[in-house]
Amino acid sequence: MTPEIPAPPVTLWVLMPTLFVLGAGALVLVLDVLPPRESKTHLGGVALAGIVGALVASVWLWLRGGDGRAFRDMVLLDGYALFFDLLICYAAALVVMLSMDYLGRTGSESGEYYALVLFSTAGMMLMASAGDLIVVFLSLELMSLSLYVLAGLFKTRLTSGEASMKYFLLGAFATSFFLYGIALIYGATGSTNLDRIAASAAAKGGDPLVLIGLGLLLVGFGFKISSVPFHMWVPDVYEGAPTTITALIATGSKAAAFAALIRVLVVALRGVQPDWSALLWGVAVLTMTLGNVVAIAQSNLKRMLAYSSVAHVGYMLMGLVAGGSQGAGSVLFYLLAYTFTTVGAFGVIALCARAGEEAVEVGDYAGLARRHPVLAATLALFLLSLIGIPPLAGFVAKFYLFGSAVRAGYIWLTVIAVLNSAVAAYYYLRVIVFMYMREPEGEALAVTPSFAGGLALGVALVGIVLLGIIPAPFADLAQAAVAPLLR
Amino acid sequence: MTLGLLSVVTFLPAVGAVALALVPRRLDTVHRAAALAVALATFAVSIPLWFRFDGESADFQFEEVVRWLPTLGVSYHVGVDGISLLLVLLTTFLTPLALASAWQAVEDRTKEFGITMLLLETGMLGVFVSLDLFLFFVFWEAMLIPMYLIIGVWGGSNRIYAAVKFVLYTMVGSALMLVAILALYYQHGAATGAYTFDVPALARWVVPPGLGQNLMFLAFALAFAIKVPLFPFHTWLPDAHVEAPTAGSVILAGVLLKMGTYGFLRFCLPLFPDATRTFAPLIFALAVIGIVYGAWVSTVQPDLKKLVAYSSVSHLGFVVLGLFTLNQQGLVGGVIQMINHGLSTGALFLMVGMIYERRHTRLIAEFGGLWTVVPAFSVLFLVVVLSSVGLPGLNGFVGEFLVLVGAFQVNGWLAAAATTGIIFAAVYLLRMYQRVAFGEVTREANRQLADLSPREWAVLVPVLVFIVWIGVYPSAFTDKTEATIAALLAQVESKASVAMTPR
Repeated sequence: MTPEIPAPPVTLWVLMPTLFVLGAGALVLVLDVLPPRESKTHLGGVALAGIVGALVASVWLWLRGGDGRAFRDMVLLDGYALFFDLLICYAAALVVMLSMDYLGRTGSESGEYYALVLFSTAGMMLMASAGDLIVVFLSLELMSLSLYVLAGLFKTRLTSGEASMKYFLLGAFATSFFLYGIALIYGATGSTNLDRIAASAAAKGGDPLVLIGLGLLLVGFGFKISSVPFHMWVPDVYEGAPTTITALIATGSKAAAFAALIRVLVVALRGVQPDWSALLWGVAVLTMTLGNVVAIAQSNLKRMLAYSSVAHVGYMLMGLVAGGSQGAGSVLFYLLAYTFTTVGAFGVIALCARAGEEAVEVGDYAGLARRHPVLAATLALFLLSLIGIPPLAGFVAKFYLFGSAVRAGYIWLTVIAVLNSAVAAYYYLRVIVFMYMREPEGEALAVTPSFAGGLALGVALVGIVLLGIIPAPFADLAQAAVAPLLR
Repeated sequence: MTLGLLSVVTFLPAVGAVALALVPRRLDTVHRAAALAVALATFAVSIPLWFRFDGESADFQFEEVVRWLPTLGVSYHVGVDGISLLLVLLTTFLTPLALASAWQAVEDRTKEFGITMLLLETGMLGVFVSLDLFLFFVFWEAMLIPMYLIIGVWGGSNRIYAAVKFVLYTMVGSALMLVAILALYYQHGAATGAYTFDVPALARWVVPPGLGQNLMFLAFALAFAIKVPLFPFHTWLPDAHVEAPTAGSVILAGVLLKMGTYGFLRFCLPLFPDATRTFAPLIFALAVIGIVYGAWVSTVQPDLKKLVAYSSVSHLGFVVLGLFTLNQQGLVGGVIQMINHGLSTGALFLMVGMIYERRHTRLIAEFGGLWTVVPAFSVLFLVVVLSSVGLPGLNGFVGEFLVLVGAFQVNGWLAAAATTGIIFAAVYLLRMYQRVAFGEVTREANRQLADLSPREWAVLVPVLVFIVWIGVYPSAFTDKTEATIAALLAQVESKASVAMTPR
């Protein structure tokens, strides 16, 4: 008689939001080969529908309450995962809306674009609900591989190819570090499951193998969240990739990497918190300072936003250094504010073109306020939110974040951070200087109004104002989301 | 929840700005008129504050409290006392005048100008009425952007440099203040169990003296010293003033600088009494240096606006001097001097702007003999100049006299040095007036100048009324504020002595 192998129970509902996105991705691939074949906009609609489905499912699961675990605790469904599902789906939905006419304008409309966006989105969502290092790795790869291809979407443009290649090579390099880290931690603790790692690490104390594994994991995560010194790819990739994909890399993939990073550090490696806290203190300072200082020298808007996004990662790491539910919660809130703001800023750039090319130089925006006052005001508000001017989302997010650092006693870290924010004001304001205080030169900036793009910007704008004026419910949401981690 | 009078006053301009945004761009005159109408309506609404304010009481009045971020202990808490009342009214009074002065001067993008000025007014009023540190900081930072745009969009040739310098200076100062606010919040919360940003609640608590209190004081003081600006943080001011359009200069000198001195009064003194006493000599000395230095530099300025700008450094030195005497006369003098400076310097900027609109130059050497050409202008200009000099019978005298009386009780030598600032003020202002108004008409272009228009009369007369009113009957104004200041001083005394007693 052959021994019966018990099949693990299949509890697919735990994956429900992700399945919506994956299903839509598969549907897009099928529909792509069916007529009508000349226009692909309807595929964007399908993608959007899938993402909205995932959003609705997440909200429903949130309201329903109760946690779920599936596939031998490899996938977790808790408030934390749902928070990131919502965040990532918002980012993806805005990106898809912005893409609809951006792709047509740049002549690179294709079905696989939407499919790949959906697959990478699914990867991001899985990262947030991963309860096992193997799942973290797999979803990281799902996300990254899709993004490598998307970064090289403009096949005829050299910078796009460079972006894709650079992203791929450095990304592959970083993932191998990551995998090595997993292997060492597995060797030290005998498990890849986050809870079991925590239990084993707590029992053993400071095992050097765990510490080395932690270091290698941080290299991999550092690459994905683009913290110094693993930020080298950021400016080139952000500049070369299609602007909508830049927005997705800057927000969705960063949020997903933070989701996994926080879960791994807070759940699995809580026992060695003093070690990673001290390490991240230095990384945070370097990241924010380098990002801000180099951003000053950029005249290309996409590169400037790339370095500024590096700086924002530095701020967010402060929340991890501060630790506790307040620190982690403030990082989540910051990610929310940052996502709305950054998608919006890149969205405005995606709408602007000059002489058939994308308008990416700061000089291209000279006098924008005179020709397109609404668009200029919109971009100005996103930039002001990035500076952290009240009453916009960026201010409240910084307030929570710096508050958590001060509470934990990291006064000097906070002083460095606030001085950094003051430095950052300079380069964000320079864009406003060009838009409002200089006259246009040469050919005028062509702005293609589009309904979907306008709607996306509108949603993002309402988001940053809402987060700025009534942040309490969202901050409570972020706090509730991190609660399951700290049990 | 009923909407309180103070909230109406604070947010009416912002609501007006939103309404203005909906009016089509090509209706220029409508925009000018509507912005002015909103500012005038705000002033009208704010007048009852004056009459219903009880000067006998040192408490906050017209208070409104609404919970905003309950988990953090942030609430929308507004209210005025005898100090902020005067500044609120100064703001609502000067904004319509500034808008009226820009009727012809600002021709480009009048719609945006109106919106920006109104948003700025809400920001400034918010700073003065906030009784919650979070709310205060929100307004303090938010107000920067409209001012930045006013300098940078409607300013002179070097406007971008001036605008960016203004913002960056202010931001560095307020960045450290944010850390101090957070530190104070958590220290108070850890000690009392009540996490709150409420200013009256924080002021009742005694911050443990020592390094922590000193650092927090310095962080707050730096933000305010840059805003005032106190020597040696004043270098942004001449640039900003010279480049800003007239309306911007009026608001900048009239109201914005007062946010710094107000901050000292509202936060530094009551929250950090020990540190205040520790650092009072330093700030006292810096104020005196500023007074003398500002006056000296003013004497050599060839440009009218720059002269007025440096005179602001000197005059605000008197205000800070008054505040850090930490005695009744000095503080009352400092508060009155805030109002006086707003009126006198505001009027000076208005009149420099008027002459600039006619001649498109501000160089003193370009003028001369205006007395015969534009007599009405010259007479009013004389009154304003004399008020700034501190002639008895006009407003400037009252404030400076009280400040010096207070200062002599603290340090005779420094007070004597400060007094030379008044003498130099007479030198540079009267010499400037002499070169502009008296003598022969040296330039042909000046012969055809038009005298004041009805609109300009309407802008100047209200200011002059107050200049004379405060000069001859100051107690109408000091009565509103004396009780508040006495209570403030008592609070500083008692808290400092509580903290001093060894435990």
